[in-house]
Amino acid sequence: MSSNKVIYAIYNDDDVLMDAVKKTRAAHHHIEEVFTPFPVHGLDKAMGIAPTRLAICAFIYGLCGLSFATWMMNNIMISDWPQDIGGKPSFSYIENMPAFVPVMFEMTVFFAAHLMVITFYMRSRLWPFKQAENPDVRTTDDHFLMEVAVNNNEEELVSFFQNTGAVEVKVIEKH
Amino acid sequence: MYTFSSKLKTFSIVLMVLGAVGIGIGFLNAPKDIAEVEKILAADSHGHGDAHDEHATAGHGEANHEAHAAEGDAHKEVETTHSVSDSVKANDTVAHHEATHDSTEVAAVVAEDHHVAEHKTTEHVDAHAEHEKHLHHVLHQLQNKPWAALYVACLFIMLISLGALAFYAIQQVAQAGWSPVLFRVMQGISAYLPWGSVIFFIILVLTGLHFNHLFVWMNEGVDVVGHENYDKLIAGKTGYLNVPFWLIRAAIFLIGWNLYRYYSRKNCLAQDEANDNTFYKKNFKMSAAFLVFFIVTESIMSWDWIMSVDPHWFSTLFGWYVFASFFVSGITTIALVTLYLKSKGYLEFVNTSHIHDLAKFMFGISVFWTYLWFSQFMLIWYSNIPEEVTYFITRIEDYNLPFFGMVVMNFVFPILILINTDFKRLTWIIIMAGTVILLGHYVDFYNMIMPATVGDQWFIGIPEIGSLLFFVGLFIFVVFSALTKSPLLAKRNPFIEESKHFHY
Repeated sequence: MSSNKVIYAIYNDDDVLMDAVKKTRAAHHHIEEVFTPFPVHGLDKAMGIAPTRLAICAFIYGLCGLSFATWMMNNIMISDWPQDIGGKPSFSYIENMPAFVPVMFEMTVFFAAHLMVITFYMRSRLWPFKQAENPDVRTTDDHFLMEVAVNNNEEELVSFFQNTGAVEVKVIEKH
Repeated sequence: MYTFSSKLKTFSIVLMVLGAVGIGIGFLNAPKDIAEVEKILAADSHGHGDAHDEHATAGHGEANHEAHAAEGDAHKEVETTHSVSDSVKANDTVAHHEATHDSTEVAAVVAEDHHVAEHKTTEHVDAHAEHEKHLHHVLHQLQNKPWAALYVACLFIMLISLGALAFYAIQQVAQAGWSPVLFRVMQGISAYLPWGSVIFFIILVLTGLHFNHLFVWMNEGVDVVGHENYDKLIAGKTGYLNVPFWLIRAAIFLIGWNLYRYYSRKNCLAQDEANDNTFYKKNFKMSAAFLVFFIVTESIMSWDWIMSVDPHWFSTLFGWYVFASFFVSGITTIALVTLYLKSKGYLEFVNTSHIHDLAKFMFGISVFWTYLWFSQFMLIWYSNIPEEVTYFITRIEDYNLPFFGMVVMNFVFPILILINTDFKRLTWIIIMAGTVILLGHYVDFYNMIMPATVGDQWFIGIPEIGSLLFFVGLFIFVVFSALTKSPLLAKRNPFIEESKHFHY
């Protein structure tokens, strides 16, 4: 492990990038990161990234919301002060349940959506005053960048990436 | 080309034979007169039945009652000087009238001359008359049972093929890129439509000719002031609810749907042999027109064939609700038939992504159905207006398990099973969820028809299962015969290449 040198291989076409990613994986070079201006379909699969578990989180958050709504409505409308409001049966939760369903539904959706979004922000480390991390400003416009760690094989890597159709191959000392 | 496996053919024929036997048993076991009803009630009585039994024995004591019952005159019970007129209406608490006639007038009771007989309030309605009324009521319910079973099964299976046809039309109009490999499967399923339509129309005609009492508004004299069956609410609707107009509407709907099915398939086959896309464009336009026609006729159909069994009740979103019910059943059937054909190796280009898409539709439309079911239920439950809420009160009191059971089958089960992406690609999950959804929607239709026709005399027994088996057998026979008639892959559909390589 020489240092913390990395290679920036820059492409200007997503198809070329996909091919390069596949070749890099086949050559067993470890891809640190890929920066693209837009979602490239199938890139995660090509890079071998594990599928997201965000949907599972959302499902659980939804259940939390449903439980919270049920508990809240039962506590307020049935346990705490079971008034007769317009003849609605407030003897037990189930008897008046249809009236609570809109609340239960909305809370389920609310919890599922918002907590999932917050989870996404936390897991991907996004917040308002976060320092932007793009290694090359062109990656937000029309260029694609693959970052690969260098392990004493700088020469070999540079020539490898030049052969994958990169428009630019840079070796960068990372701090 | 698909070849109808002889096993499946035999299976469908067995279903039809068993079903026909079941239907026959249902009709043979239906009581012919009040005496039989009394026996049935006495045999069935559990818990609250003791009171019935006492009445029944009291009723048997009266010789003339027996005699008249044997006459098969279910509508009036004649005693020496006056007759106790029974209202046959199944759904209302009508005041009991005791009409005074002399014996000659009784014979001519149908004639309109003597309608303005004295109607006295019934201070002395005896237990016998009360019981008598109950027996007539039960007799009609029990006589309706095999008919209602037949009606529900026939309607449901026919609407499945209509649901598949509507889905097919939507796919055409939406220029869906994933579904063209499934078009021939959808056409195969909708091939049941003409068969189902003819049988269904025959049942409608028989109903119109008073072979049964499924529709209360068809009773003689409902719109004649002073008639024993007079019903002011129904009388106000006879401009719409009358047999000739009702049959004409039914004929227009059925013919319209079948014409679309016929020409759409014809054009699709012609497109295979064509050199340009003329037939495809024709189909596109025709499908768009069909969808407009469909949604109007579907709505009216739901009032005519389903909502009018409860002619005192009305709901504005009923048409959508019925639509969601058979639409999801149609999509589920497409998925099940596709999986069957795929498992036999006939659908080369169908992959798990196609199945995944169908499963998403099953999931989404199941939720949509629930949304409509709940909207209809909750609005009526919340406001609790007497003339509307009776609909749900009868269902909750007499049909508690089917009524809430179908919500579990049509909503809770699919939403928990089909929410998972990986599950939506597994054959056995789709088969299981699909079976539950189809059964659930059968129960849904059962819940729509039965409470108004058989009331608390419902039971899912031989007539119901027999009818369902018969139509399922016929459905399988017709659908898989139709699938053998054309290649299972459309050749020159502009989207077929995209569809073959569809991957999600």
